[in-house]
Amino acid sequence: MSGIRIENLNVWFGEHEARVDAVKAASLAVPKGGSFGLVGESGSGKSTILRALTGLVPTWNGRMEVLGQPLGKKRDRGFYRSVQMVFQDPYASLHPRHSVDQVLGETLSLHGFRDIDERISKLLDDVGLGDAFRFRYPHQLSGGQRQRVAVARALAPEPEILLLDEPTSALDVSVQAEILNLLSDLRKEHNLTYLMVSHNLAVVGHLCTDIAVMQLGEIVETLSVEKMRAQQTSHPYTRHLLASSLGAIKTSQPQE
Amino acid sequence: MSKAAERNLLEVENLWVKFPTRSGVFDAVRGISFSLGRERLGIVGESGSGKSMTGRAILRLIRPPGIVRADRIALAGENLMLLSERQMRSVRGQRISMIMQDPKFSLNPVMRVGEQISEAYRLHADTSRAAAKQKSLEMLEAVKIRDPERVYTLFPHEVSGGMGQRIMIAMMMIPDPKILIADEPTSALDVSVQMQVLEIMDKLVKDRGMGLIFISHDLNLVSAFCDRVLIMYAGRVVETCRADRLHEATHPYTRGLLNSLPRLDAPVERLEVLKRDPAWRNEDSISGQT
Ligand SMILES: Nc1ncnc2c1ncn2[C@@H]1O[C@H](COP(=O)(O)OP(=O)(O)OP(=O)(O)O)[C@@H](O)[C@H]1O
Ligand SMILES: Nc1ncnc2c1ncn2[C@@H]1O[C@H](COP(=O)(O)OP(=O)(O)OP(=O)(O)O)[C@@H](O)[C@H]1O
Ligand SMILES: [Mg+2]
Ligand SMILES: [Mg+2]
Repeated sequence: MSGIRIENLNVWFGEHEARVDAVKAASLAVPKGGSFGLVGESGSGKSTILRALTGLVPTWNGRMEVLGQPLGKKRDRGFYRSVQMVFQDPYASLHPRHSVDQVLGETLSLHGFRDIDERISKLLDDVGLGDAFRFRYPHQLSGGQRQRVAVARALAPEPEILLLDEPTSALDVSVQAEILNLLSDLRKEHNLTYLMVSHNLAVVGHLCTDIAVMQLGEIVETLSVEKMRAQQTSHPYTRHLLASSLGAIKTSQPQE
Repeated sequence: MSKAAERNLLEVENLWVKFPTRSGVFDAVRGISFSLGRERLGIVGESGSGKSMTGRAILRLIRPPGIVRADRIALAGENLMLLSERQMRSVRGQRISMIMQDPKFSLNPVMRVGEQISEAYRLHADTSRAAAKQKSLEMLEAVKIRDPERVYTLFPHEVSGGMGQRIMIAMMMIPDPKILIADEPTSALDVSVQMQVLEIMDKLVKDRGMGLIFISHDLNLVSAFCDRVLIMYAGRVVETCRADRLHEATHPYTRGLLNSLPRLDAPVERLEVLKRDPAWRNEDSISGQT
């Protein structure tokens, strides 16, 4: 079965001369249990694709399918039980006056869980925060700690599909490693499907098996991570992106 | 003024940031000392190690009930700890600018981003609206924003993550500060745009003789871009080194950070995670003064 399928998706903002075509005729498919990366230029429409999937952008046409179900204009609660998203901006996505306990507790009760107390402990533990952070408010957390709360909230309903928008860009490398390992484990254990946006090719390469490269609203190339590593690319922008990522690695290696 | 004070734009001595909580006082920064010359000083360290609080404390931007204590925070020889709140306001933005970790959060949500840049420019340089707009468009272009005319008219929630970061960078460059504190300024940008944006900052450091404090968790980036690095753990500095020698760092914590990086050219099944040694917390803070 397919996890996520997008065909000829167009997403736009504004009307008439103010119209911006943020996503143009994009198509991609992620099998159930697969892990797919979206990379590309800043402003090229990566977040917009994830937001369209979760029903946050009303102006789109084309076809989107999740777990075999075609998506319409509305999403029901069942949808959010199976599809969860971690947003790019951990500051904007947490309510400033809700403690970590409230954020996770509300999500859990909304989705009908009973053993909320134990679940909150387990979730905090999974993302490497621990119970000490349970009664803190967002302003009492560092950037990376907030992002981990956002990941815990997305995991709370035990979704089948996770949409991850730069899930580790606010995290230091050691926490990033922990979260990436956690995401790999969860995927293996529960056969989760991931669609992940990241500007870091090494992160995408670690977690995903296939990637799509975006520029100016279009998917310019889809390729396997193996091909990416072997630098077997067909589009000049992909080559440019790869070359600069590999270049950054080289310049930072100890000099002889 | 001593020789060192003349050379250094900023000197921080024995800085503490404390948060009283229900379960006692939490020390987010525990007695660190460092100086900043006309250089690019990187601050790296794991999440929660006190990097942002260090930057904010210099500008006295710690929200109550948080408390800042220091023997001295001297800007060009003048002790900022002795200034009134009113005097501090003229330091902020004019002499020291800070790019916050949360770009969209620091922008006014109900005002178009272009107008915010223009306003900042008009506050600084007394010019006409039209001239300020022209200048703002140039700044958006300088930070490699495609289609500046359109982006000028957008509200903060309508710009992408990477665009938001570059808008903040453009705004902070306007007042021509002596010191720029940049807190994770490029974490949402891909390497190629990142390098372009860093070049702009680099040019400022060189052309205007500015000092830059560059807070980042990206060790490769800091190593390639900065001159000197402070490595923070649990509110203290555990190691300092030349940025281009970061990969030869010896502290097990720094080694752990370096080893947990995923690599494009060397894939692994599982990433190494840092094993924290409780003894690191109690090590003396290393001085980052020169
Ligand atoms: N609500 C909106 N109104 C108008 N334009 C929008 C809105 N949301 C996004 N856009 C525009 O759509 C384009 C794509 O934005 P998107 O956030 O998808 O980029 P991205 O690929 O995620 O970039 P980044 O890597 O910088 O986060 C941008 O030009 C942006 O300005
Ligand atoms: N208001 C507060 N009350 C209690 N603790 C706080 C408060 N604000 C921050 N802290 C704590 O201070 C510590 C240092 O925070 P800081 O924001 O400086 O971390 P950081 O090094 O910038 O981390 P990151 O890389 O995640 O942004 C964190 O453990 C944080 O939880
Ligand atoms: Mg985005
Ligand atoms: Mg921070």
